[in-house]
Amino acid sequence: MKPINNKAWLLVLPVVLCVAFSAVIPLMTVVNYSVQDILSPEQKVFVGTEWFKTVLRDPELHGALLRQIIFSATVLAIEIPLGIMLALALPAAGWRSSLALVLLAMPLLIPQNVVGTIWQIYGRTDIGLGGVALHALGTEYNYASNSLHAWLTVVVMDVWHWTPLIALLAFAGLRAIPEAYYQAARIDGASRWAVFRYIQLPKMRGVLLIGLLLRFMDSFMIYTEPFVLTGGGPGNATTFLSQYLTQKAVGQFDLGPAAAFSLVYFLIILLACFVFYTLLQQSQSADQKG
Amino acid sequence: MAKIELVGLGHKYPGNADYSLQPQTMTWQDGGAYALLGPSGCGKTTLLNIISGLLIPSEGQVLFDGCDVTRLPTEQRNIAQVFQFPVIYDTMTVFDNLAFPLRNRKLREPEVKSRVQEIAEILDLTGDLKRRAAGLSAEEKQIISLGRGLVRKDVAAVLFDEPLTVIDPHVKWLLRRQLKRIHQQLKLSLIYVTHDQIEALTFADQVVVMYEGQVVQMGTPQDLFETPAHTFVGHFIGSPGMNLLPCQLEGQSIRLGTQTLPIDSALAGKLASIGQPLTLGIRPEFIQLAEDGPTLDAEVLRLEDLGTVKLLTAQLAGQTIKIKLGEHASVNSDRVRLGFTPARTMFYADGRRVA
Amino acid sequence: MKKRYFGLVLYLVFAILPIYWMLNMSLKTNEEITGVFSLWPHQLTFANFRTILTDPAWYGGYINSLIYVGINTVLSVAVALPAAYAFSRYQFLGDKHLFFWLLTNRMSPPAVFLLPFFQLYSSVGLFDTHIAVAMAHMLFNVPLAVWILEGFMSGIPREIDETAYIDGYSFPRFFLRIFIPLIGAGIGVTAFFCFMFSWVELLLARTLTSVNAKPIVAIMTRTVSAAGMDWGVLAAAGVLTIVPGALVIWFVRNYIAKGFAMGRV
Repeated sequence: MKPINNKAWLLVLPVVLCVAFSAVIPLMTVVNYSVQDILSPEQKVFVGTEWFKTVLRDPELHGALLRQIIFSATVLAIEIPLGIMLALALPAAGWRSSLALVLLAMPLLIPQNVVGTIWQIYGRTDIGLGGVALHALGTEYNYASNSLHAWLTVVVMDVWHWTPLIALLAFAGLRAIPEAYYQAARIDGASRWAVFRYIQLPKMRGVLLIGLLLRFMDSFMIYTEPFVLTGGGPGNATTFLSQYLTQKAVGQFDLGPAAAFSLVYFLIILLACFVFYTLLQQSQSADQKG
Repeated sequence: MAKIELVGLGHKYPGNADYSLQPQTMTWQDGGAYALLGPSGCGKTTLLNIISGLLIPSEGQVLFDGCDVTRLPTEQRNIAQVFQFPVIYDTMTVFDNLAFPLRNRKLREPEVKSRVQEIAEILDLTGDLKRRAAGLSAEEKQIISLGRGLVRKDVAAVLFDEPLTVIDPHVKWLLRRQLKRIHQQLKLSLIYVTHDQIEALTFADQVVVMYEGQVVQMGTPQDLFETPAHTFVGHFIGSPGMNLLPCQLEGQSIRLGTQTLPIDSALAGKLASIGQPLTLGIRPEFIQLAEDGPTLDAEVLRLEDLGTVKLLTAQLAGQTIKIKLGEHASVNSDRVRLGFTPARTMFYADGRRVA
Repeated sequence: MKKRYFGLVLYLVFAILPIYWMLNMSLKTNEEITGVFSLWPHQLTFANFRTILTDPAWYGGYINSLIYVGINTVLSVAVALPAAYAFSRYQFLGDKHLFFWLLTNRMSPPAVFLLPFFQLYSSVGLFDTHIAVAMAHMLFNVPLAVWILEGFMSGIPREIDETAYIDGYSFPRFFLRIFIPLIGAGIGVTAFFCFMFSWVELLLARTLTSVNAKPIVAIMTRTVSAAGMDWGVLAAAGVLTIVPGALVIWFVRNYIAKGFAMGRV
């Protein structure tokens, strides 16, 4: 058991100050805006929960939220199993392992808008390898005009960009399993599937929860990549929450509704993450007991 | 249950020029409790993994009751193995853990149930069957790993790879006693790997001592103590270990530095035929302070009182020698005369016992 | 090649092709890019790279990016170290809540804070400075840094601390001389993740800068929207943004996996 020591606050203080400066003040500003009608910098009217009501009734928000949820669910449903499969296929050690890891991790270190640019080029049907290949296969692929194609392209791009993170996490989890577990499983006559189900998956649970948490948060906040690739279009097929928010706040300069929207958005993520975090804590204490 | 025979068995890991396990032949009797004793890296885990089938040896054969199983996969050998660290399936209950090997072999559920009940009773686990295995203590987990091995019918042997490493010292003996009880109850062949001589000597009927990839002696704890077949066994077993003194044969006697010790003529004849440098080995327990008969003169360095015995450290022919004396013994001068029990005086050449 | 590698190799091809394609384009002339479809450059040219590396408006962006990413990485690790130590060694009033509050900052969409950030940093006179971007990125990097470091520190037995105190070490001396060297690998992994998340971020970096600290990623977006797209230069700029990341991966390749395994799980 860790000793109780409230002086530890002194050690945490720098972090608290740093983060508070960048988090609390802007958050207060957002709250402030969300309850006022800002006609001009000098003229502000308190409107209470008016903006929240407007925002929550906004059909465009509902559309964006729905698209967002479908998008996040889709990419998580692809990236997590795919990442696990990749981790299982990765060689455990040696130069092959190093090479595969480096190649795999590459997309993670590419700036978000460059990711967008890469896929914008790659998917073009005149100069992009991917687009040209799809055309050669006889499809009418065009991400700029077909909503479904645009949406699929954004999903594939996200899978390309972030599956490596899950793969790295799962790989780390796998490497932490002692050899004796596999030997015991062989003695017990366990099938390949049973080894995965009863040894590998439970041992990866912790890292996978982290991966799920990070991927959920980041996919829910996705902005730059689809912005560069499709600009949210065609129509609003790839307009997700962040993009809609930015359009409102910057494009239309509706500060009040945008702020109210921000808070609602933030709360949705917070709630979901609280659930994940609680799960994570539980799994941690279960492991400590064991 | 089965008799295990190793025929010319040796192993080199790929890319290694040296044997990790020297080719050797030996037999492990059915129902015996064997301890495989040796320092880390002596090849005992390699040998164990070859018997269990986790490792295919580079040469030689493994026979179970005369059947060649050298290349048979682990799951078909009916071997149970308990590892250094408890291996349990965290997400399952104790019952499911025990049932796992049976279900993998597609046994019918009623049969699984009765087998698990039976084993749980033997292992005192009946009350815990519904608990989640992750919440158990280390020694309970080790018992479950053992149970997963025992639950199968016709287990040929149970192998233990230093199973008490992570167990608290005060429950170690409890667990060891439980193992012994299970052994007597089920008449299983047990092979128990350890580097702890106390563990080996208290647990096993037969102790197999390994050194540098080779079995140097297989025998009862008494054999190992009274007639070590190798200088390694002499100094590894016993506390303190055997005194090993380089010596020369001179006609009918042994020369140690400037002193000589007469020996009988049969022994002298035997030693004369060796033609290699000799080492005399004698345990501290078999040296006495003597007044008459053939004795050797030694310089007293110190006398320690260890409670029930006194340990005398002396210098003889330039070598340090340890002598165990009774608790009432006293040494009054700085020189002593030592008598070696002839029957317990061993001679070694190139590490191996020659007489 | 074994069967189980087949899928892996297939995926790696899928992962590398888009990057290869950009590299391919960066080595072509614009005429070749738009004129003929070719799998490799037929008229190999380094002109696109030369454009970037000789024009201060371009290469300045790389320098700006590297400066704020560097500041961010150093500051994030520096403040996260003592905090992670506190979380790994002590219980204190509100520790669980504080930890979750830190994590919530990793969860806040940058889009939510764009405008307030702009106003905040403008009002304190930090707008268009490297510090501003570094500070803003700390919002999501510090929580992650604390998280990863805490995992590494929990792997170090507490007896080491106690022994050092008995030997008369003061806390700062113990921390700097004994503890930090012990978690060297952890610091490396943490720095890697801080570098990565700061390097790839665009939205905040673009909002908080205009001229003096404008990052390369923002300069690129302007070129994208310019009339008469200069594909070759755009691709070359993109390729150059991958280089620092690729170098960093190469150096930490053996630690990435470890870093997460020891994370707070």
